[in-house]
Amino acid sequence: MDAVDLEKVDEIIERYRGREGVLIQLLLDLQSEFHWIPREVIDHLSERLRVPTSQIYRIASFYKAINLNPVGRHMIQVCMGTACQVRGAQKVLDFTASRLNIKPEETTPDLSFSLRKVNCLGCCSMGPVLTVDDEYHGGVTLEKVEKILKKRS
Amino acid sequence: MPKLASFRDLEEMREKLRSRRDPSESEMPLITVCAGTGCLALGARKVIDAFREELDERGLATKITLKETGCPGFCEKGPIVVIYPEGIHYVKVNPTDVPEILEETVLNNRLIDRLLYSDPATGARAVHEEEIPFYKHQTRILINNNIKIDPKNIADYIVQGGYSALALALSRMTPQEVIDEVKRSDLRGRGGGGFPTGLKWEAAKRALGTPKYVIVNCDEGDPGAFMDRALMEGNPHSVLEGLVIGAYAVGSEKGFIYVRAEYPLAVQNAKIAIEQARECGLLGEDILGSGFDFDVELHRGAGAFVSGESTALMNALEGKVGEPKPKYVHTSERGLWNRPSLLNNVETWANIPLIINRGAHWFSSIGTERSKGTKIFSLVGKVNNTGLVEVPMGMTLREIIYDIGGGIPGGKKVKGVQTGGPSGGIIPEEHLDTPVDFDRLTSLGSMMGSGSIIVLDEDTCAVDLARYFVDFLCDESCGKCVPCREGLRQMRDILSEIVAGRGEAEDLKTLKEVAGVMKSASLCALGRTAANPVLSTIRHFEEEYVAHIQDQRCPALVCEQLISYFIRPDICIACGLCRENCPQGAISEEESAEETGKVVMAIDQSKCSRCGICFHVCPSKVKAVVRISGKSSAPPVPSASISSGDKEKDSKTR
Repeated sequence: MDAVDLEKVDEIIERYRGREGVLIQLLLDLQSEFHWIPREVIDHLSERLRVPTSQIYRIASFYKAINLNPVGRHMIQVCMGTACQVRGAQKVLDFTASRLNIKPEETTPDLSFSLRKVNCLGCCSMGPVLTVDDEYHGGVTLEKVEKILKKRS
Repeated sequence: MPKLASFRDLEEMREKLRSRRDPSESEMPLITVCAGTGCLALGARKVIDAFREELDERGLATKITLKETGCPGFCEKGPIVVIYPEGIHYVKVNPTDVPEILEETVLNNRLIDRLLYSDPATGARAVHEEEIPFYKHQTRILINNNIKIDPKNIADYIVQGGYSALALALSRMTPQEVIDEVKRSDLRGRGGGGFPTGLKWEAAKRALGTPKYVIVNCDEGDPGAFMDRALMEGNPHSVLEGLVIGAYAVGSEKGFIYVRAEYPLAVQNAKIAIEQARECGLLGEDILGSGFDFDVELHRGAGAFVSGESTALMNALEGKVGEPKPKYVHTSERGLWNRPSLLNNVETWANIPLIINRGAHWFSSIGTERSKGTKIFSLVGKVNNTGLVEVPMGMTLREIIYDIGGGIPGGKKVKGVQTGGPSGGIIPEEHLDTPVDFDRLTSLGSMMGSGSIIVLDEDTCAVDLARYFVDFLCDESCGKCVPCREGLRQMRDILSEIVAGRGEAEDLKTLKEVAGVMKSASLCALGRTAANPVLSTIRHFEEEYVAHIQDQRCPALVCEQLISYFIRPDICIACGLCRENCPQGAISEEESAEETGKVVMAIDQSKCSRCGICFHVCPSKVKAVVRISGKSSAPPVPSASISSGDKEKDSKTR
């Protein structure tokens, strides 16, 4: 892995100077910069904020949106909300997983895809819903999954 | 927008904006495209881009206004485009339709028939929103502005009368009078609990200690509910206005809006709304010259269902792990940073400006005796018109599902509805004539929750759904207290055995016992209500549990371990799709036993993992894969001789 740009980390920390309760916001900002939170970043945060590493890990591991492992170039999220569930989301998830040959919450060895299940994206009208990065796909069928994956691999 | 330094400034600005841009008064055509998450998922961005390009190309960009609006709720038919001044309502618009819409409708005032809503029953076309049954039976007082305003532009909200309630409260009412008005309205919290909002405000006002905080809870975690997203994305200023009024009433100078991580567009629009309100002097020091100071900070959630609970949300705001605290002392007295804190849900806040403007009496004239006002429900699942519906409290589930929702697709039977998210329960078909309000749903063993109505048809298995919710909650339980953490795990284990056909006779009793302990001993509402989906399905669908336990049969043909898949040789066209997609390699070519020389696909039952992929990939024109459940119904391999009884069963379930 490339060395982490700690100057960038400092720049993000500066945004929150003098404010209380910002650790989660900081982690979210850092993640949108690096896509995941590497160990070096946590160590650096710990030093700068004077917060024990263990405490940062406790928070980072509690929240689902924070990735502590590298993620693939494309993040696929399958919505498992109830509305999607009753319209067959489990099949969509199973099929996507078997096509990528990984389990949910894993990343393909070539780092091209990560697969994650997510509890309701709030577009329940068009379930089952699957997102690829920032793109939403509604009314997903197994055929559509096939197409979506082919387009990106 | 200039800074508004007084109430008069606000009114003058409104007049000025109105004369310039009210779509009904202006001669200039206006095209609005819904840019809510739902329509965007269906390709609204491409439609918007196509309009922009087309307008530029034809040099019409200065003569015709294009507006991206919030979500009007009819997500089923998105992307939705409305053309003013006539208010022509087009559904399912494609980018390729755009040149035609401009040429025909906008420039030459001609309707394009195929883009109008057509009633599935009668085929009648509806030109305007109010003629469409989905909208016609609703009472839209909260969500009606979504389609009229660009949520990223405060001027649009001001034109629609925005911030007049705030001006009224600050100029003519004392904080106590505001609270009295909210109390008289009998508004109850829309986040799920249904606690009287006025009482909560009163407690926060009386509580000792400064500073005080006011908080918007937009951590809409209930799967299947998305009204808070639609309001926050589509009309963020209405929420913000309610919040400022609440802050004035309880004496707070600092507020927070907490939006969950899964709603990036709501985060974005809330952020823009705060910035614009600040620029206009509707947030900050000396709001509208009243001497009242108040500001708001936006906090993004990071993905945790339990953080929607009020104490957990306050922990998250403090930058800590978002898990609940015991509520020995109400958060209205000691909440965020141990200071008095007033937390309400998005929809609750959005009701406040309406109550202040139109009065408590008007508000309480809508609804039932103990539940006043309207409620936005997300009508989803197995129903024709999915989307957000706003109706007066007390409308029956049947009216919501049939009159507004247009019934069940494919002519299937409705099995029941699931309301209240993972804390709620399933209400069976025979209770669909129950008027929906806080108390009636609770008495049926479910709850209002944040307002999701998930329609279930005969293809939904009650046991599997209960297991789904328990699974969901297992995942989301923070693990702090034992009854919730361990109780959920035990329930999951038992339910997993039942759906795999290994259930035992006393399982139902054990489930009820575990549920009882969780209900009385869990720390927060998540744990206390977590057993509801299990209890309500046992209460209303016990025979389904019994079928799974005694006969190893899943009547809805859902539970994988209890069904077998067969390919009917008389229908199979040997296209090979199932074989190609079978992860077990269990499908191979065989010669049909019935017809010499005909090649068909057949499943080797010893290899089949019952994943059902073959069933789903079999082309819909062919449908040769059938499902069978029950211990007595396994025919030999290959599937040459399925009895006619099974065929009948199949035609019923497909």
